[in-house]
Amino acid sequence: MQTQHHMLPLVVNRARYVVGGKAIIEDVSFTIHDAGLTVLLGPNGAGKSTLLKLCHGLLLPSSGSIRWGEADVAEVQQQQAMVFQRPVLLRRSAAENVDHVLKVRGASSAQRARVIEESLEWAGLTEIADIPARKLSGGEQQSLTIARAWALNPEVLLLDEPTANLDPGATRRVEDLIRSFAGAGKKVIMATHNIAQAQRLADEVLFLNHGRLLEHAPADRFMSGPSDPLAARFIAGELVE
Amino acid sequence: MKTNKPQKKLFVGLGLLAVVAALAAYAFLSSPKEKSITLASTTSTENSGLLGYLLPIFKGESGIGVRVVAVGTGQAMRMAMKGDADVILVHHRPSEEEFVNEGYGVERIAVMHNDFVIVGPASDPAGIEGITDVAAALGRIRSSRAIFVSRGDDSGTHKRELSLWAALGDQPGEDANWYRESGSGQGATLNVASEMDAYCLSDRASWVTFGNKRNLELLVEGDPLLLNPYSVILINPQKYPHIKAAEGQQFIDWLVSERGQKLIAAYQVEGQQLFFPDALEVARD
Amino acid sequence: MNEFSNAFRTALQLLVEMDPGLSEIVLLSLRVSLSAVCLAAVFALPLGALVALTQFPGKRGVVILMNAMMSLPPVVVGLVIYLLLSHTGPLGVTGLLFTPTAMIIAQCVLVFPIIAALTRQTVFDLHEEYDEYLRSVGAGTSQKIATLLWDGRTRLLTAILAGFGRAIAEVGAVIIVGGNILHSTRVMTTTIALETSKGDLGMALGLGIILVLIAVAVNTAVVTIGGGASRRTV
Repeated sequence: MQTQHHMLPLVVNRARYVVGGKAIIEDVSFTIHDAGLTVLLGPNGAGKSTLLKLCHGLLLPSSGSIRWGEADVAEVQQQQAMVFQRPVLLRRSAAENVDHVLKVRGASSAQRARVIEESLEWAGLTEIADIPARKLSGGEQQSLTIARAWALNPEVLLLDEPTANLDPGATRRVEDLIRSFAGAGKKVIMATHNIAQAQRLADEVLFLNHGRLLEHAPADRFMSGPSDPLAARFIAGELVE
Repeated sequence: MKTNKPQKKLFVGLGLLAVVAALAAYAFLSSPKEKSITLASTTSTENSGLLGYLLPIFKGESGIGVRVVAVGTGQAMRMAMKGDADVILVHHRPSEEEFVNEGYGVERIAVMHNDFVIVGPASDPAGIEGITDVAAALGRIRSSRAIFVSRGDDSGTHKRELSLWAALGDQPGEDANWYRESGSGQGATLNVASEMDAYCLSDRASWVTFGNKRNLELLVEGDPLLLNPYSVILINPQKYPHIKAAEGQQFIDWLVSERGQKLIAAYQVEGQQLFFPDALEVARD
Repeated sequence: MNEFSNAFRTALQLLVEMDPGLSEIVLLSLRVSLSAVCLAAVFALPLGALVALTQFPGKRGVVILMNAMMSLPPVVVGLVIYLLLSHTGPLGVTGLLFTPTAMIIAQCVLVFPIIAALTRQTVFDLHEEYDEYLRSVGAGTSQKIATLLWDGRTRLLTAILAGFGRAIAEVGAVIIVGGNILHSTRVMTTTIALETSKGDLGMALGLGIILVLIAVAVNTAVVTIGGGASRRTV
């Protein structure tokens, strides 16, 4: 499914990110044209999180550029939403957590009430609306952060290893929500080290290792046989350093 | 699903805040708007209960509230020198005269007197019980190196104590570890003497009303050098225009009037008269 | 031991008889200390949050100072405020010396660093936790402060209670700026000091017991209200 998207293409040109003399991201360039689900794949420490944060504007590149459509990252940040590996939830009820982001965005109380109800229903969380968010299970918590992202109605959803700490049942639930997001025409970019998950979800794969982009290909082509030897070893299940 | 829960909490929080704000406003606004003067006096007049007895009567008759800050004579005078009191009631004649001479006070007016006594442990290691010559008694305390607790706080009592030592020859020296300075009011000093089974100079009124005597007893009294006269002084309004001179003078006049003097004489604790009026005799001269 | 049984009996007697003199003193203590704490909190909470969230030259020194001022000696605060409010002092015209307002000011100064420093620490810790999320959703600085303060409410409540504890228990500041004037500026702690100095140790201890009971009551009330939302507060 391809829809017209004013934030696409995402053009990353020679991005570098250096901290304490060490390059976490080294000379990465790519272009993403289509909506759908893009997976950043690679072993732990490859720089996937960092790249996501650079695309979202939480980090600034040391050199190089990142542009969404014709716009700078900062201009479009509020049209994106990000889900972190450990769900970041406030010490309040589930509904109040969704309420919080809507308040930050300045929605009226009537609007907020409506959107909260819709988002929680979309995520199947209506029953636990008034439970303190920190008391929810891991799967419920992560579903809540995705519902919260849904409430913002972003053009782009970025996820940083969202199911890394979840059991299979919770993982399935979260993956369903992610698919739902992509199915609604939003651009989804997700980082993961889990090959099986990538196989289940990806339309497109970017393979990273040691801060470098080693391969960029449509999912089915990548999964049946990646060109890069390291990538091939990775999806064969080897430990790639 | 209830999103009015945070609102409920907000109301409770605001409610609490409103209550406290109201209390604070009340505290702020209740600063006395009625007529009142500030009297700096000594811990002996406060602790003996004399002021607690006299001042409500004065207020009833004149409508003027007297706010008492009870500190030592020295501190009372220094407070008054900064304009923080309207009237002082103190008991050290040389300091009072200096105070008036330097222009801080209008006039020192005799009000009443009592006396000082020396109290000490019932065991009386220095053997001073019954002696009527205070110099001899202090001499014995010093030579026997019995523990003596001094006020050490520049109060009227402290200054009198120092002058009594001076009459003997010299102050207890730096190395006199039998001489302990409490740096506190009469009551606190008596507490220390009581706990240490030590000797101490006290005004009689504070001694009679002191609640923690334990082994202490009254041992020496009657020497004319132990006479303790109190004077009242109005702070000079020319020095500090904000002084409530009219009300202050009204209080002084009342104290030395027949009414005030009779009340002072009538004040008793445990059947003892604690203060003896002086003003009417002076008026009679 | 006799003093203690004496004291308990006295305390019980005072409470049962509802001595009007006692209630006047207790009410004044609560008025002064609660006002001081609320006034301090109004300024210390946002200030602590701001220091936690912003960078500026000399920040490290400011944080050290904030923490150090939690140990301000009450007598020193009392003395400084006395000098300021004295009729020969710079603020003498206000005529606030020896009034409850002066006592509120003194206790506010004492309590402010406690609330500010503990707020700063709380907000800093929460900031670590929430920073990426708050930046991701585009919260402005005042929104961030409000979010972090509300989310840290349990810890902040504890900080405020710590401030209240300091205020209601101190005697050095209020006795100097208040003058311990009967019916006017006499509070629980200064009364205890006075009764002790009169040798009335049983009465003093009795009042002390009442003071502790009041502190417990206030703490219980606050924790109950504050803990209503989340079931576990400790």
